[in-house]
Amino acid sequence: MVSGSPMIEVSRLTKVYGTQPVLRDVSLSVPAGAVLTLLGPNGSGKTTLLRLLATLARPTAGSGRIGGHHLVDGRDAVRRLVGLVGHGSHLYDDLSAIENLAFAAALVRLPADRVTLMAALASVGAEGQATVRVRELSSGMRRRVALARALLRRPQVLLLDEPFAGLDHDGAKRLEATLHAFKAAGGTTVFVTHSLGRGLALADRVAILARGRLAVDEPRGTLTPEGLHRLYLAAVEGEA
Amino acid sequence: MATGGTFTREAWAVFRKDLIVERRSKEGANALAFFAVLLLFLFYFALGPDRDRIRAALPGLFWLAFLLAGLLGLGRSFALERENDCLDALVLASGDKGAVYLGKVAGTTVLMLAMEVAFIVGAGLFYNLDLWGAIPRLLAVAAVGTVGFAAVGTLFAAMTAQLRAREVLLPVLLLPLVVPVLLAAVRLTEAALASEPWASSPWWRLLLGFDVVFLVAGLLTFEFVLEA
Amino acid sequence: MTRSRALGTLAALLVLAGLAAGLGYAPPDAVQGNVQRIMYLHVPAILTAYAAIGVVLIASIAYLGGRNAVWDRVAAAAGELAVCFIALTLVTGSIWGKPTWGTWWTWDARLTSTALLFVIYLGYLLLRSVVDDRERAATYAAVVGIAGALDVPIIHFSVQWWRTLHQPATVLRPQAPTMDGAMLAALAVNVAAFLCTFAYLASRRYRLLTLEAEAASRAWR
Repeated sequence: MVSGSPMIEVSRLTKVYGTQPVLRDVSLSVPAGAVLTLLGPNGSGKTTLLRLLATLARPTAGSGRIGGHHLVDGRDAVRRLVGLVGHGSHLYDDLSAIENLAFAAALVRLPADRVTLMAALASVGAEGQATVRVRELSSGMRRRVALARALLRRPQVLLLDEPFAGLDHDGAKRLEATLHAFKAAGGTTVFVTHSLGRGLALADRVAILARGRLAVDEPRGTLTPEGLHRLYLAAVEGEA
Repeated sequence: MATGGTFTREAWAVFRKDLIVERRSKEGANALAFFAVLLLFLFYFALGPDRDRIRAALPGLFWLAFLLAGLLGLGRSFALERENDCLDALVLASGDKGAVYLGKVAGTTVLMLAMEVAFIVGAGLFYNLDLWGAIPRLLAVAAVGTVGFAAVGTLFAAMTAQLRAREVLLPVLLLPLVVPVLLAAVRLTEAALASEPWASSPWWRLLLGFDVVFLVAGLLTFEFVLEA
Repeated sequence: MTRSRALGTLAALLVLAGLAAGLGYAPPDAVQGNVQRIMYLHVPAILTAYAAIGVVLIASIAYLGGRNAVWDRVAAAAGELAVCFIALTLVTGSIWGKPTWGTWWTWDARLTSTALLFVIYLGYLLLRSVVDDRERAATYAAVVGIAGALDVPIIHFSVQWWRTLHQPATVLRPQAPTMDGAMLAALAVNVAAFLCTFAYLASRRYRLLTLEAEAASRAWR
């Protein structure tokens, strides 16, 4: 990839379910190695945008590219670049953590030897629970295993939907460390959150969705928490 | 495109995963076997204690039970994919979606066959019928018929799993389509119980033809269903 | 617009000609008398239903090939008409059955397999109506449309064997070798009339679906 060209670039992305537009004319770009924080009230289209980027849904109109690959025509290439941690953990409750990773590795054609999988679990601090069934794990530990699953493919882009929800202090610290390490290795991150403070702390760029439209898309720059709060309220109320 | 090796490996991974989950989860294989025994009792109450009546109705009872259990098994098979959005993960898998399809068909088939064995053995015991000599032939019909049912069923269950009205929609879409399986399998089961010669029966051709047609159709269209 | 009107006019004229041929020109049947004249509705209805199912099949494959909504609308229009013509076949078959067999319903091979098709394609329409997302509805419908069409010959043979291994073939067989020339001619006119009516109705339904889709996309633009 040419340096400086955006890792993620979408233009006039629109998604309509039935006759209900969920996302309208969203254009944005994220440079490689950057973190985009996506904010917005419930139902503003954040999750839909993530699903479009992850190639789990097709845009009704508009287009997008990740790593130069088209979201629809190049979706197999996009999938090799992207790791997704959505609302669901993508884990089977009746399999152990390591069995889940082995299954995930088989699906994406990666070696599924024990050493690799244990290393993946260790990278999120879940190696102690490798043989415990997911059903019996705490919700924080499940999130760690889900993250390990998404990182298994060594993605260049991470898409995270509310990754901090339900994490305790220790878990949140660990996740932050993992995200920093991912960024330091050149990874690009889009993460959806309700927490303005957390979002601002990690962001290189902040975007706010309101009723399916992109209301704010700014570099973090000198944005203060108070400033972001004002922007958020203006974006949400401006639409109401 | 998947080479033969990775295709088989992916199908095997899905199949193995399904069997492990069904064995471990309480609502899986055990519940299905229990359901089979329950159906034996219900059929007995519905038909009364006359053994000749039961014997005459047996081939039909077998396949009604198999279809009902199959509907439950298919619902289960995709309920576990729906939990935690695992279906999304299958969509994002890099391989041929046909491999996922074959793995799910094989998993459903094996699960249904286990239930069918329980039902046949249970019928022999509870109805006090001498079925033991016919068991190899019964299993042959059960296997071929079950593959056909699972081939269409997996395709349709993958669709309805993602809809609100799935409990109603799956039987409504699936059952009329598998009537040929029911007709052929009941006939062959009759022949198996009566120890008639059956190798040249046109019903075998029909049943095998159904299996092949719908396995191929499923392999070719499953990707569209997943990616919809 | 004018082309569609021309097709409609042609269909209307052919239906009138078909009625005249079926009720007047064709002689009464040697065995069944005037009752047999319902064949001029019954047989064209089932042939048209098969044609509609074929259109659903082709449009479904074409849709999966390119995800062009045009083919989805073709399939939707043909699918609705398939159900209508199958229903017409069942009703006329049942009316024919009453004087012939003395009962409204019999498990005759043809009636039975037609009833199965009715349920399958009713399910097809039901599926279309319960999926909210347009693209998803189109894809699912296409898969069911293909599976349903593949099942048609299998159902036909299985039901045929299921009945004939019990009893000989019934009177409800249009290609009886004894059919005379005037009867065949009347039948041909009616088949043409039905196919034309189908083409006309399908084109109108397609147009309406297109307008609806345009209105829906204008609603959010």
